[in-house]
Amino acid sequence: MKRRSFVKKAALGSLATLIGADIVFGATMPEGYTPLALGDPDPFKLFGLDKEMVLLNDKPWNIEAKAHLLNDNITPNSAMFIRNNGLIPENININDWRLTIDGESVKQQKTYTLKELKENFKHYSYQLTLECGGNGRSEFTPPAKGNQWTIGAVSCAEWTGVRLKDVLEDAGIKSDAVYIGYHAADIHLSRDPKKEPISRGAPMAKALQDETLLAFKMNNEDIPIAHGYPLRLVAGGWPASVSGKWITGISIRNKIHDGTKMKGKAYRVPCKSVAPGEKVKDEDMCIIESMPVKSLITYPKSGAIIKREQKLHINGHAWAGELTVAKMEYSIDFGATWTACSINKPANRLAWQHFSASIRFPENGYYEVWARATDTNGVSQPMLLPGWNPKGYLNNACHRIAIKVK
Amino acid sequence: MERPKEFKDQIKDLYTVITSMVLVIGIGILSCVLLLINPEIIKLTKDDSEYLTIVIEEDEDKIENGIHIRTGFIDDKGLMEVINNCTNCHSSKLVIQNRMSKEQWIVTIRWMQKTQGLWDLGGNEEIIVNYLAKNYAPTKKGRRENLTTINWYQLED
Repeated sequence: MKRRSFVKKAALGSLATLIGADIVFGATMPEGYTPLALGDPDPFKLFGLDKEMVLLNDKPWNIEAKAHLLNDNITPNSAMFIRNNGLIPENININDWRLTIDGESVKQQKTYTLKELKENFKHYSYQLTLECGGNGRSEFTPPAKGNQWTIGAVSCAEWTGVRLKDVLEDAGIKSDAVYIGYHAADIHLSRDPKKEPISRGAPMAKALQDETLLAFKMNNEDIPIAHGYPLRLVAGGWPASVSGKWITGISIRNKIHDGTKMKGKAYRVPCKSVAPGEKVKDEDMCIIESMPVKSLITYPKSGAIIKREQKLHINGHAWAGELTVAKMEYSIDFGATWTACSINKPANRLAWQHFSASIRFPENGYYEVWARATDTNGVSQPMLLPGWNPKGYLNNACHRIAIKVK
Repeated sequence: MERPKEFKDQIKDLYTVITSMVLVIGIGILSCVLLLINPEIIKLTKDDSEYLTIVIEEDEDKIENGIHIRTGFIDDKGLMEVINNCTNCHSSKLVIQNRMSKEQWIVTIRWMQKTQGLWDLGGNEEIIVNYLAKNYAPTKKGRRENLTTINWYQLED
């Protein structure tokens, strides 16, 4: 028996050495990365993403969809773009999670637990379009610095939570309130705890809209970790950076919020249009509010070859920031002529709308199907790139797909 | 007739036990002797792990077809300076996606120094900026590019 236990101990000893080997191996992993599955930082598994999603950046995570992955009316998590400015918070404990309402213009500072938020306020669900301000950045010349989004940094999921308005009014809003600014639990890339990776906000009018939520569910489930679990501010129709993730605080400000990425050139465009490449002073840059009218053809996937007698069915989504899309058209002759598509009303304000059309092609050859949306103010998407701006925001140029008729 | 068989079996069992005990003791004694001669022998597995790490480190700077495999950077003069100074906070993927002139790369470095905690690059700055401006220079795309990388497929009705 004694001998046997000796053998056992020896086996444990070698196991310990094996674990030692794992630690040595771990030391070579990039700092700041928490291996969920040892040595397996596969974001597609980590975040439950479709294999065709495009990884732009892994520190911080920035991942976009392709047009055809966004065909669902309500975007599933698997096709939802991820735009993170810092590192995802570590060791989230929902029992300890607090939301503090403070700022110069709060009547009395107030702190809520998640349970209190959920129990004390009425719940609402809305489908809300979230598009990254820099979606389409990759097309600008001269190029703009930052993640080179193509077309896939947009989503429209169903968000459930409490109205920000109800919570702010519960704490009390002073008459001099101008803006709200959020604070969150994400970690700055430098790991400096004094730095916030991002702390943006919106004017009171946007904060007090019915559809502006403090959400705890996305598509009827807990919000996925990459999208702000356990609490996210969701402000549809505005640059998605307004919809702060992992929210721990909302400040009611008596001036425009001055948090990280509110100042300088971040999420701002020249107040007056400039020539491509022109230098613009910070004071001549204005904060982006509502996103411009835009659309995506999500079916078929670009590159379809069809037979001469075959009708091509297309469908997709269109959105217009604070407005709705009044008209949707397609062109198969590079904009020389346009034909109307049918388009649905939005499920609710700030939700994207679905369009479809059936196309017959006059003869064999190479075609591009271009889609163009027009908002309720009569403003349409340009076929060329819109006004150049230093940070490459607001590219709402028409989307197109390639088709061959044989 | 049954008894002698049982006895035989017992002898057999005893024989097996003694043989295995001799074997175990033998191995034990042998191990102890070996240990006395060379105490380092017990660290054999640990040495293995160190060897493993070295293998990984060798792989870390593998270049294939002019590309540094681990980071995706183009292999050129300044590669190591770029890896050592530009991938501590953010991913190499952020650098590779971008296209800037020398002047713009410098502006970006200044911005990172001012707001993101990037250190003074000293003599490496010139090397880094030259590497970036040469290998990640802007291309003119005009107002709208042709559709590229189309994967053609037959769409059935």
